Amino acid sequence: MTKLIKSGAYAQDVYAPVADDAALPDGPVLVSLARFNEDRDTLLARNTTVGIRLQSSENPEQLGADVHHFALIALEFPKFRDGRAFSWARILRTRLGFIGEIRAVGDFLYDQVNYQHRVGFDAWEVSDNFTVEMFQRALTEMTNVYQPSADGKKTIRELRAAR
Amino acid sequence: MLNPLAKQVDPNMYRYDEFDAQFVGERVEQFAGQVARRLSGELTEDQFKPLRLMNGLYLQLHAYMLRVAVPYGTLSSKQMRKLAHIARTYDKDFGHFTTRTNLQFNWIKLVDVPAILRELADVEMHCIQTSGNCVRNVTADQFAGATDEEIEDPRPLAEIIRQWSSLHPEFAFLARKFKIAVGACEKDRAALQYHDMAVQIVKNTQGRIGYKVMAGGGMGRTPYIAHVMSEFVKRDDILAYLEAVLRVYNQDSRRDNIHKQRIKILINAIGPEEMRKRIEREFNEIKRAGTMQLPQDELDRITAYFTSPKFETGLSDEMPQAGQDFANWVKTNVSKHRAPGYAIATITLKTPGQVPGDATSAQMDVIADLMDQFSVGEVRVTHEQNLVLPHARKKDLPAIFAKLKELDFASPNAGLITDIIACPGLDYCDLANARSIPIAQAIARKFENLDRQHQIGELKIKISGCINACGHHHAGHIGILGVDKKGVEFYQLVLGGSGAEDASIGEIMGPGFGEHDIADAVERVVNVYIAQRKDGERFLDTYRRLGMAPFKDAAYGKVAA
Repeated sequence: MTKLIKSGAYAQDVYAPVADDAALPDGPVLVSLARFNEDRDTLLARNTTVGIRLQSSENPEQLGADVHHFALIALEFPKFRDGRAFSWARILRTRLGFIGEIRAVGDFLYDQVNYQHRVGFDAWEVSDNFTVEMFQRALTEMTNVYQPSADGKKTIRELRAAR
Repeated sequence: MLNPLAKQVDPNMYRYDEFDAQFVGERVEQFAGQVARRLSGELTEDQFKPLRLMNGLYLQLHAYMLRVAVPYGTLSSKQMRKLAHIARTYDKDFGHFTTRTNLQFNWIKLVDVPAILRELADVEMHCIQTSGNCVRNVTADQFAGATDEEIEDPRPLAEIIRQWSSLHPEFAFLARKFKIAVGACEKDRAALQYHDMAVQIVKNTQGRIGYKVMAGGGMGRTPYIAHVMSEFVKRDDILAYLEAVLRVYNQDSRRDNIHKQRIKILINAIGPEEMRKRIEREFNEIKRAGTMQLPQDELDRITAYFTSPKFETGLSDEMPQAGQDFANWVKTNVSKHRAPGYAIATITLKTPGQVPGDATSAQMDVIADLMDQFSVGEVRVTHEQNLVLPHARKKDLPAIFAKLKELDFASPNAGLITDIIACPGLDYCDLANARSIPIAQAIARKFENLDRQHQIGELKIKISGCINACGHHHAGHIGILGVDKKGVEFYQLVLGGSGAEDASIGEIMGPGFGEHDIADAVERVVNVYIAQRKDGERFLDTYRRLGMAPFKDAAYGKVAA
């Protein structure tokens, strides 16, 4: 069982994941990059929101201007050691100006949630034993940060300068 | 203490402010939580592994090993005493200085780790990112701030890099480890070109100081010398540039084969030109966002911590006379300091017969006293597993030498054939195929005669117990690689490597030698050099002139050397 944590609370997942060869159901859908490339015009012509699920080898920059058509970009962690999605999220937020939902899906650890939050993730598909309380704790273990990222958090350098 | 009047001296080095202290303190408690989850079984070993590695904790053959970061190799006497205390209290009374200028404790219990980390935090130390697939502890030239060869002290930049890379959210799960070194002169004592990324402080033709950035060097099973990525990065752009290199690496590196995931593999697969292009593009994007620029006031603030100590003036610049032993030591272990009357003294942890890089608690305590009394409270750890007193008055050198003799650390062999780098090898490491330490000891004993060592001159032997090359065998003038052949340890010879400014990768001679033959084979190789060298040639120069053949013939006994 999985559940969704979004903006710090449990949330309903409104997107229907659609296999590459399945028919499109009504309502918001979540498709792969391959499916999107295949059915781009159909998907964008529908009067519902579209989410895309990118594998860790798929650079979101290749979406080009289409990036802003998506309300959700799910970034996959095929195994928790694969850290490419940290860069994809950062690029989506700070370079491509993506303001929709960036969701972490796949295999990641409690101990990575804060890093994910920092680079721009704002939703997490988590296993049943992962609670909102754990989520909040993960974000507060470390108070300050040394480097700017996509979370807009003041860095230690800025805090020093403001003393 | 040596001298009851000697007080602990606080050297001019980076000091934590309340933000650094809070950061390290919280990191300790975070890791203590991870340890507790492992001990309770909530985390599997597979899940715990990357977490513990990011905090320098390895599971070795016999016990946990904890690797303590010594940022850019700089230690205060207070920190040295704390390391001695930890060795005494939680380990078997010794520590091991590594080729990454860190200190390892080899016999640690998991339950003790949180307490050790709290003790370290008390003296502004930590184990953050001393292992794992992240940016590792930053190293620097051990003569920083003391040599007149440098453009400026490289440690402020190294400290800035340390802070920027600490728990960097984007680069905590890289494809592989990422090692950075910083140098500031043409002479390279930090093996810059063998690093994933290296920054050399340079001056451009307009006399402006900036940074030359190299990337893609590395040892391991596929050794490469780094390529220059940028000849000159402006001061305030440096973090943006480093972030660009890391991002390209994180995005584009292979992830399908652990042996092909270092940045050196990426750069050599796509070519340095393409890599430069990708970095440049990323660099421009990062610059456009503007958040990575390094303000001058921050550079100034960090630099201020490393202000030179007040050197006494009016000291005699003459080297004191204190006998032949002392003169021998001065010849190899004492280097020119930028202030008249001062010298840089290298303490080789390589007395023939000892384990390279090991120091007991008692030895660490005495070295801490020496630091306070004779080197403004400071010592440096070198990648050659030695220690350096950076600011010693020449007139104090005989007293320092006498004390080192009592410690058995007075070998006049810095840079000589017995100043051997060796990894822990099969005695400790579960990756190793063969033992390194006994081989280092056997070679050191064979060449124990000092006159002979001095007659041979500069000759760097580096020994690794497996192809991961932690003992830097590729960069040895004579490298030795331990291999396992059907349960028996063999040792291959690798000749002609260098980790200095004239970096080169050593060439494998051929089939390995047995445990009892390798030291003799080294001797036959050295004898070829002695017989063939021309005026002033080091072993490396003679090898480069003659090539492998005469050395190989002699090593395998085809001709009498």
